[in-house]
Amino acid sequence: MNGSLRTIYNGSSLPLSDIPAVDSSRFLQSILDAADRGWRIVSYFGIPGQAGIALVCVLANKAEGQLAVTRTDVIDDHFPSIASLCTQVQLFEREIAEQCGLIFDDHPWFKPVRFHRALVPGRDAWNRPADEPIRVGVMKYFQVAGDEVHEVAVGPVHAGIIEPGHFRFQCHGEEVFHLEISLGYQHRGIEAALIGGPHPRTLQVMESAAGDTSIGHGQAYCMVIEALSGIKVPPRAEVLRGIALELERLANHTGDLGAIAGDVGYLPTASFCGRLRGDFLNMTAVLCGSRFGRGLLTPGGTIFDLTANQRDDLLKRLAEVRRDLTNAVELLWSSPSVMGRLEGTGTVTREQGLELGLVGPAARACGIKRDVRNDYPFGIYRMTHLPVATAFHGDVCARTMIRWQEAQKSMDFIEEQLRHIPGGEHRVKAAPCVGQRLAVALTEGWRGEICHVALTDEAGRFLRYKIVDPSFHNWQGLAMALREQQISDFPLCNKSFNLSYCGFDL
Amino acid sequence: MIRAIVSRIKQGYRTMPYPAKPLQMPERFRGYPVVSTLTRTAEQVDETANCAYGAFTTESGGCLDMGKCLFCAECSAGAIEFTTDYQLAVTSREHLMVHPGSERHHARQLAPDLLRMFGRSLKFREVSAGGCNACEADTNVLSTIGWDLGRFGIQFVASPRHADGLWVTGPVTQNMVKALITTYEAIPAPKIVVACGACAINGGPYIDFPNVNNGAGSLIPVDLYIPGCPPHPATILDGLLRILDKIR
Repeated sequence: MNGSLRTIYNGSSLPLSDIPAVDSSRFLQSILDAADRGWRIVSYFGIPGQAGIALVCVLANKAEGQLAVTRTDVIDDHFPSIASLCTQVQLFEREIAEQCGLIFDDHPWFKPVRFHRALVPGRDAWNRPADEPIRVGVMKYFQVAGDEVHEVAVGPVHAGIIEPGHFRFQCHGEEVFHLEISLGYQHRGIEAALIGGPHPRTLQVMESAAGDTSIGHGQAYCMVIEALSGIKVPPRAEVLRGIALELERLANHTGDLGAIAGDVGYLPTASFCGRLRGDFLNMTAVLCGSRFGRGLLTPGGTIFDLTANQRDDLLKRLAEVRRDLTNAVELLWSSPSVMGRLEGTGTVTREQGLELGLVGPAARACGIKRDVRNDYPFGIYRMTHLPVATAFHGDVCARTMIRWQEAQKSMDFIEEQLRHIPGGEHRVKAAPCVGQRLAVALTEGWRGEICHVALTDEAGRFLRYKIVDPSFHNWQGLAMALREQQISDFPLCNKSFNLSYCGFDL
Repeated sequence: MIRAIVSRIKQGYRTMPYPAKPLQMPERFRGYPVVSTLTRTAEQVDETANCAYGAFTTESGGCLDMGKCLFCAECSAGAIEFTTDYQLAVTSREHLMVHPGSERHHARQLAPDLLRMFGRSLKFREVSAGGCNACEADTNVLSTIGWDLGRFGIQFVASPRHADGLWVTGPVTQNMVKALITTYEAIPAPKIVVACGACAINGGPYIDFPNVNNGAGSLIPVDLYIPGCPPHPATILDGLLRILDKIR
C-alpha cells in the first residue's frame, strides 16, 4: 500500500482529514496500480464545490477484506480519463462528467449516463444550452456499417410490465454484432436530494432506490448512519436484517428462475415459481407488513421484533415452500428442451467479467468468486459463514444454476437463524451523525454488491451521498453477452441478468 | 413430460378463492387508516403532526391524504392508526382524504357505456414512469396462477393499440413525460387511466423533487387511484373488480 490510499473497513467511518489528498497524477496512478494488483473500483464520484471538484475513489481488496479511499482536488474543467487503461471506471467517469460538469479527456465513450443537469448549475460537460431541455436517449450511438447490416431500436416502453430503457442493436441478419444500452428514463434525482441530509424522508427514498432491493439498499443506508453516529446494532436486529435480506434474495431468485423458464417456453416451472415468489414476499410481510420489506429497517436496528408465533409460522412456511420450489426447479435440469436453450446462450467469459468489474450472480456465473457477505462481511455475516456458489461457463445456464444454488443456501441460512435467534433488544436509539467524516457500507443485494458512501460537513449533514447499485456495474455485462447471439435471444439473456433500471438511474 | 405432470399434481391447484371468500392479510399489514380526533391544542399539533410527504394536515380535525401516504411503519403524524383493511382504491381524488369519522369510499363502477364495452374484456398497456419496480412487481403478480387475473377478463397487453386503458406506475420523471403521453395518445378512445401506487397518484417518496411531476394526474386524466407504497395485489384487484362491477 502506498501513501495515497487510506484503509477503511466495511461499515466503518473515518475523519475526512485522514483521507490523503494527492495530486491528480498520483491519484490516477494509485487507482491503476491497485487495479493491476486485482483491486476493484467500488465507488468513484465527484463532490462539486465552490473552488473546484473533489474526486473520491473507494477501492476494494478482496484478499485482505479491506477497502481503501483516496481523493484529489480538481480546479480545471478537464481531467485525464483512464477508461482505456481500466475499463471498470468508464461509466464512473461519465457519471462524474454528468453530475459535476467535468470533461474527461480522451474518454473512448464520452456520452451522458442519465440525461439530467449537473448537481451545480451552469456546468455541463457537453456544453448543452441551459435554456433547452435535455432530450433523453438522444446521443451518438455506436454504429456498424456494411452490406445487410441493420439497426434495431427498442424502448423506452417495452412489451411487458417492466421499466423503461432504450436498446440499440447492430445486427447482421439475426446476429447481433453490438448492443448499446441507453438509460436515464427512471432518473428521479435521488442523489441530488440527499445533499444536506439525512432528511425525514431519507429512509423511504433509500428503500425505493430500487424497490425490489428495499432491504439491500435500506441496510446499506442504516450501516452508513450507524458508522457515522457510532451506534452498535444489537445481535437480534442483525439476525432479523439477515433473514430479511435472504428472503429478498429468495423472492427475486425464485421469480427469475420462473421467468427464465417462461422465456424458453417451459410453462410448468414458470407457473410454479410465479406463485412461490409470492410466498417468499408474504414471509417478508410477516416480518413487517410489507411484501417488499418497507418499514422493517431503521438506523439502530429494526422497527419490528419477531414473536415466537411468527417465528414458528415462518419455519412452517419455509419448509413448505422449500419442498415446492425444489420440485419446480428440478424440472428444469431434467428437461432437455430447456437445457438446450440455456446452455451456451449469452456467454460472458471470466476475463470479460473481471475487466468490466461485474458483481453478484452475473460475476459468480463466470467463475469469479465475489460476494460481499464473504469478502467484506457485515452484520450477521460476520458471525456465520455462507458458502459462495460459483459456476464456470458464464452462460444463461450458469446464471440460472447460480440462482438455484444461492436460493438453497439462503433457505438453510434462514432456517438456522430462525432456530437460534438471539434474545435481547432489537433496536437501540439512533444518534446524530458526527461531522467531517466519511463512511462506507457494502451489502450483497440479490443482484450483487451495493455500495453507499457518505461524507458529512461540519454539522454532520451529508456533503455528498453516493449510491452504487449492482446494475451500474452489470449492464455492460449484458451488452457483452449479446455479442454474436441471435437477436431473438435478447429476452432470455436480459432475464438471466434481470438488472435494475431505477437502481441505475437513481 | 411425466415428471411435469407429477409435479403439477404435487403442486396442486393454487388459484385463490377470492373474491368468493375473503383474503387473509398479514397481521402487520398497514391498510385503511383511522384518523382519531385531535385533542391537543394547535401548537402541540404542529410540533408532532409533521408528515414529511405532506400526507397529514391538521385542518378540520386532522386529514390524511391516502394518495400521498406511504403507510410508513412509524407514522410521524401521531394521530393515525392503520387497520388491515386493504380495500383502498377509489375513483375520485377527493375520496382519498380521510378525516375523523369520514365516510368510507370505494371505487365506483364505470359509466354504463364503458362497462358495456370493458365489463367482460379489459386490456391495459402499462407504463413505468419513474417507478421503483415495486408497483410493477405487484402488478405483475396478478397475472400469476395464485391471482389469475385472466379469469376476470383483465389482461396486460404489449401494444397500446390493443389496449382499453393505460396503467401508470411511478411519479412520471421528466425523462418519461414524452413516452407516457405518446403511449396515452396511441390508445384508442374511449380509454381509462389507472394510477397505481403513491408515486403515480402524487409523487410518492419523490414528491416535489425537481425531476418528477408529482404523479400522472397533472398530465392525463386519471379514472382509478390505487394507494399504497406499493399497493398490495389485493388492493389493486379490489379496485379493478369494483370498477367492473364484479364486487360491490
